[in-house]
Formats: sequence, structure tokens, C-alpha cells
Amino acid sequence: MDYSQFLVMHQEIGLLVLILLIFLFDTFSSRQVPRGLSMFSVCLFGLLTVGGFVFPWDKAVASAFGGMYVTSPVMVAIKNVLNVGVFIVLLQSMNWADGEFMRIRRGEFYELLLITLFGMYLMISARHFLLFIIGLETASLPLAALVAFDKNRYESHEAAVKYILTAVFSSAIFMMGLSFVYALAGTLYFNDIAGACFGGDAMLIVAVAFVIAGFGFKLSLVPFHLWTADVYQGAPTAVTSYLSVISKGAAAFSFFVVMVQVFGPFYGKIWEWMLYALIILTITVGNLFALRQKNLKRFLAFSSISQAGYIMLGVISGSAQGLGSLIFYILVYIFSNLAAFGVISSIENKTGRVDMDSYNNLYSTNPRLAFTMMLAMFSLAGIPPFAGFFSKFFIFSAAVQPGTPALYILTLIALINTIISLYYYLLVVKAMFIKNQEECVIPAFRSTGSERLGMWICVAGIIFVGLFSCIYNSLISAAQMNTEYIFTLFAN
Amino acid sequence: MEKLPIALYIIPSLIMFCCGVYGFITRKNMIAILISLELMLNSVDINFVVFNRFLYPGQLEGMMFTLFAIAIAAAETALAIAIIVNIFRAVKNIDIRDLNKMKF
Repeated sequence: MDYSQFLVMHQEIGLLVLILLIFLFDTFSSRQVPRGLSMFSVCLFGLLTVGGFVFPWDKAVASAFGGMYVTSPVMVAIKNVLNVGVFIVLLQSMNWADGEFMRIRRGEFYELLLITLFGMYLMISARHFLLFIIGLETASLPLAALVAFDKNRYESHEAAVKYILTAVFSSAIFMMGLSFVYALAGTLYFNDIAGACFGGDAMLIVAVAFVIAGFGFKLSLVPFHLWTADVYQGAPTAVTSYLSVISKGAAAFSFFVVMVQVFGPFYGKIWEWMLYALIILTITVGNLFALRQKNLKRFLAFSSISQAGYIMLGVISGSAQGLGSLIFYILVYIFSNLAAFGVISSIENKTGRVDMDSYNNLYSTNPRLAFTMMLAMFSLAGIPPFAGFFSKFFIFSAAVQPGTPALYILTLIALINTIISLYYYLLVVKAMFIKNQEECVIPAFRSTGSERLGMWICVAGIIFVGLFSCIYNSLISAAQMNTEYIFTLFAN
Repeated sequence: MEKLPIALYIIPSLIMFCCGVYGFITRKNMIAILISLELMLNSVDINFVVFNRFLYPGQLEGMMFTLFAIAIAAAETALAIAIIVNIFRAVKNIDIRDLNKMKF
């Protein structure tokens, strides 16, 4: 065996070394240093993130382990995007991780969080279902432990039990689908399956439906979304923000790869219509349920469900442009959602409040936080100068690119839903700025340096990512490079 | 020696899977729900082994997948049990109907 092929996985190996360093630091550092570990982890992870961008993207084309693992510019790009998100999550959770409750648990938090990221890397690069399943479980099991992290709060346990049971249920359904795929194709390599199956088979339809259902649970698409709001509400806020952006982003990318590469030849015959129904349901139901939420974490949970529906528009387009705009959407979604979660978590750390009523007239006491939240809401709703508008624009234009009337109607429905979503996003803005008659229950306070840095990065991202076209262009060109790793055999 | 037909393996395995889904939906005790989940995961394992043995006897891919799937199922169960123990400590009960503080 040629051991040098391990070097192909340089991003995974870098992350693994980082996890081990954090583990060693946690084990051997003295307990007297109160903040050493979180600072150490954030700094190291920042270095890793920057290193990912410094490394030349277009040179990174290789496969290892008989084609089980591949890497190409677009995979490096999505991993870098996820790295940025995790870095912001780590910055925002520093204040929480430095608290007294976390004193002996700090190390576990960082190790588990980064191991899930490692699993997502494997999901993204896997081209064989065995490696894919291992990555999927590595990504979802430690998250259940993280959801249960807040041992003293009852909601955390309830959320964890709901998360783990649905996660296991969904992976059982997913693996059942895989067993049918194996029966039809006799192989689990992504490329070979597409060549060995023939469309129109009832077993294949069941298999595709099961695989979509398994992914639907991970991505919280309606009707597989029922765990989402409870888990988001119960989990510690740092974990919620991680779940809502990073885990969703990685799952969306690998969903694209599996649908296009494995089931690509059956696009029009089998899965276009399944996905079509799922997208309409997801966007609409997510929006309608978000209207009636009073708890901000639940509110963002339903908003993230409908955002997942928009991300799926990139999958249904099935083109390189769709892939590029999917990654761009994830990047923008990371910035906007994490800005909202940054505000929520810093207010929750200070006052313990997450209900929308306590945000009434927030502008009078904390104008900066209110302004950040407003930018996040505008970007999530897709109001023009901010990045959210551009991400929605690009993903809509990718979805109508095949030019069939059905996709035009789908995009129209998504567009109408954008207007509905504007209503509930603006409810938050209205509560913060317009309800002047009431006294704000949240006192004026200054958030910690790390939280402020995280929010500054998010605000900069919201304002500039849409305006600098080079970001979108480089993502599109990365998606168009080395298409043999994703778009083989795809006949649209 | 004559082999049994493949249907005699696949049909019980699918019945097992459906029993698992039924149990997952109807059971109220969390341990029973976990057992139902195990049924589902094990029927997947049977499927893989049988498909490999009958349809593609020359290779080992399904068997390898089964080995890994068993390990993953064990990890999932261990974690779920730990979380259920936490729940038991918090509410002295493992009835799923009592976990209704957060809804809608």
C-alpha cells in the first residue's frame, strides 16, 4: 500500500492534528489557567482556516484509497466555507465556554465539535457509501452529545433524546435505501452505481425515496423536520448555531453530490418530482410556522427550515452553476444566521432571555446589537444591498437555467415565499426599533471581545460578500473545474 | 447442498424493518423505542449480507458494509442509552409522553 496517498487528505489530517493538540493541551494544562484552552483552540482553528485559503485551490485534485476519497477545488472551497463558519461559532461560544459550568467540560466541547467537522469533511469528499456513512455518523453522533451538553437544564436532555432517536431512525432508513441500491448495482462506489442501475425499476424508486428521506432528516426538510425546532430550542446556543449552519451546509453539499453523481441518470424520471414537492413543502411550511413563534431560537429554527428549501433549489438545478450558487448561499447563510445567533447568544449569556417580547425597544439600550440583528434579518429575508439578496438571486437563476416550465413555477413559488418570510423577519426588526412605548427589559451592556469580533466578521460578510463579485465568480469557476468527480454520467 | 431462495431471507428482513418502524412510532418507553431502532438497523445488515451472498457472491463489499454498520449501530445505542439515563436522572421516568415541555 502506498501510504503517501494519506497526504491527499491534508485538510482532514490538519484538523485531526488540531483535535489531538487540543486534547493534549486539555490533558496537561494546569487547571489554574482559566481561559487558556478556549483561546488556544480558537487561535489554532483560525490558523487552520487561514491556511485553507492560502493553499492553492486549483492544484488540489486527487483521489485516494481506490477512489473512495477524492478532493477537487470545489470540495476545498466548501470545506473552507465551513471552516469560516466554525471559526465564527467558536468565537461566539468563547464567552459561554469560559463560564464556571464549563470549567471541567471545556475540552470535551471543543473536541466533540471539531470531530463532527471532521465527519463532515469525510461526507463531502467520500465517493463510496461506506466512507460516506462513517462520515455521516461521525458528524451526527457527537452532535447528540453536544446537544445534551447543558447538564443542568432539562430542555437540553429533552432536545438530545429527540435528536438522537430521529438521527438513528433516519440513518436506518438511509441505510435501507443503500441496501436496495447495492442489490441493484452490486457496488457502493458513486460512479459505478450510476453506470450499473437502469431507470424505471420500482426498487430503484424506493431506494431513491429512502435516500432522500435520510438526507431530509439531516437537512430538516419538511415532512422530516419535526425534530428541528425542539432541538434548536433545547440545545446550548453555541451548538444550535453550529447545527443550523455548519451541519446543514455540509449535508446540503453532500446531498447535491449524491443526487447528481449517483442518481444523476434518473433525474427527470425519478427524483426531480420528489425534490420538487419537498422544496415547495419545506419553504412554505417553514415560513408558515415561523410566523407564530415567540421564542427566537425556535423562530430561527423554522427560518432555517425554509432556508434549507431555498438551498435545495441548487440541488434541483443539478448544474455546475447550481453547485456554485449552493456554496455561495451556504456562505451567505453562515454570515447572516451567525450574526443573528451572535446577538441572541450574547443577550442570553447576559440576561438569560430568548423570547421575542424582551427584544422590544432593544434599540434604546443596545443600539449596536439591534443594528446587527437588523442586518442579519434583512440579509436572511433577501433585501437588496445585502448578501442575502445576491445569494437568493444566484440560486434562483441557477434553478431556472434548465428552462422547463415546472422549474419556473417552482421559482415563482419560492419567490412568493420570500415575501411571506419578509413579514416575520421584519417582526423582529419592528420589535427592536418601533415599539417605543415600552421599557426594554434588557439592560445596556457591552458584549465580550470575542463575541464582538465574531459579529464584526458576520456584519462584514453580510455587507461585502454580495458586493464583491470575485467571491461568487471563484466559487462558480471552482464548481466548473474537474467536473468528473461530481457530474459523471449526468444527463440533464 | 441446496440454497434457500433469496425471498426467504429478504421478506423476514423487510417484516423486521416494518416492525421496527411500527415500534418506533407506537412505543412509549424509550428503551422500547431504542429496541425498535435496533430492529431496523439489523434488518439493514441482513439485507446487505443476503444481497452480497446471493447476487454478488464474488465480492465482499456488502459484508464489509455490514461489519461497519454493526459498529455504528453499537455506537448509536451506547450514546442513546447514555442520554436516556440522563433523562431518567432528570425526571425519574423514561416515558416519551413526559417529554412534552417543548412543542410546536
